[in-house]
Amino acid sequence: MALERIDRTAKQIVLTLQDYSFFALRAFLNLFSRPIYWADFLLQSDIIGVGSLPIVVLSGLSTGGVLALQSAATLANFGATAVTGQFVSLTMIRELGPVLTGVMVSGRNASSMASELGSMVVTEQIDAMRALGVDPMRKLVTPRIFASVAMLFFLTILSDAFGIVGGGLVTVLMNHQNGTQYLNMAWEHIRFPDIVQGLIKPLFFGYILSSIGCFYGLRTTGGTQGVGRSTISAVVNASVLIIFVDFLLSHIVITLFSSWM
Amino acid sequence: MDVISAIPQPAPAPDAPLPVLAFQHVSIAFGGPPVLEQVSFTIRPGETRILLGPAGVGKSVLLKLANGLLRPDTGCIELFGHELAYAREHDLFHLRTRTGMVFQEGALFDSLTVRDNVAYQLIQENVSDEEIDARVHEALRFVELDQTFDLFPVSLSGGMRRRVAIARALIHKPELLLYDSPTGGLDPVTSTTIIELIVKQRDVYRTPSLLVTHRLQDAFTMCTHRFDQDSGRMVPLPAHQTDPNTTFLMLSEGRLIFDGSLHKLVASTDPFVREFLE
Repeated sequence: MALERIDRTAKQIVLTLQDYSFFALRAFLNLFSRPIYWADFLLQSDIIGVGSLPIVVLSGLSTGGVLALQSAATLANFGATAVTGQFVSLTMIRELGPVLTGVMVSGRNASSMASELGSMVVTEQIDAMRALGVDPMRKLVTPRIFASVAMLFFLTILSDAFGIVGGGLVTVLMNHQNGTQYLNMAWEHIRFPDIVQGLIKPLFFGYILSSIGCFYGLRTTGGTQGVGRSTISAVVNASVLIIFVDFLLSHIVITLFSSWM
Repeated sequence: MDVISAIPQPAPAPDAPLPVLAFQHVSIAFGGPPVLEQVSFTIRPGETRILLGPAGVGKSVLLKLANGLLRPDTGCIELFGHELAYAREHDLFHLRTRTGMVFQEGALFDSLTVRDNVAYQLIQENVSDEEIDARVHEALRFVELDQTFDLFPVSLSGGMRRRVAIARALIHKPELLLYDSPTGGLDPVTSTTIIELIVKQRDVYRTPSLLVTHRLQDAFTMCTHRFDQDSGRMVPLPAHQTDPNTTFLMLSEGRLIFDGSLHKLVASTDPFVREFLE
């Protein structure tokens, strides 16, 4: 009995993974054929990009500040408080900027995509759209995915910048260190692989959070309770996958640029 | 039980117009017992077919099969002469624009105004705003809801939403109309208003249609009334007369057990039909 259940669950997971792969691929390929709904792309860019600005700026600022605060005490033991700037900037650019922005935007937008599309499914609006001759994949999914990819890229840059600013404020105002030294250290130790790593990650994370949000939204069954379940699945799976893919990407970039680092 | 699909259908007359929609031995299941089994019927130009059956018998599934929103497990469905069962989804979008579908609860896009809902297809086709406004006003006047042009669906009553959904289905001048329980859950007065609109559509535009309902009263009203264009109202046909182009289908346990006119339906000796009628 237990074996049967494990077997069924394993098959279900593999099947979901297969469905998701086809879904994500189709959404990507839709960008290379007509019709492309540019107005929807712009609208979603506004909702995802501009709408997420406050949470990304605030979380970036606080994270940079906390990094400076926590690292200062430890670095002081080695007489290395001067490298706080380097520590904050590298951590923000390589890891925390992309991952935090990905997770924050996923909490805000993957959930909204899953619940919005899920509600459309249970009220037959998706079927109505298909009956009116419009492909929901092209009209609803593809614009959301590409708006997420484009916006997460810029949001991550902002998060990095505000993280460094936050670290600087804490360093100067609370740790009473030299601000010029902080900025010099933050700037001088950034290398090309750090930038590559920091800017490639949001492209993947944007794709992950939006495709998972839309995927679970369009698979919704079981009325309003089903919408709730889809929303939870979307946020949890998107967040976990972002952290897992972050590990893979870090490993790949470190291997590829080992001589630079 | 007398199963229509199992009986060889009489061959149509050689000069009979080609069917707009044809189901041939269609079956579908969703991981359990079949929802529809060996269903066969046709809709010819000018015909209105009313699909009767108790709730949960597969009527809405049949309607979604008719325009390719669902695919059958076996059998063949031809819409305007095109086979749907194995067509690519991409090819079906164009075919669906030639049909109009009214969903059970209206299925209006709640983030769009009534104007944008009704004009949805026209907007996708980049029709000019002036033409869109004119055609939306015309469609809304047909369902007598011109005053709702700028409203959002959330501010409309259930009956008004169905009427807007009818306007949305009609605006593109469809070649086949599919109504999914258009009066389900409505009070008798609003139901009559909706049926009057459907009769008006039938008698004014003569668009072939398939209407799903479990309300016998609505089906009988459609069959025994016509739309009088002079008075702008639905009026009863003379006693013992019925609309010759309005006929019935009945589903029971996934099988089509009746296909014929109102007279044949009333005279049927099938125990399920009798139970349904009584």
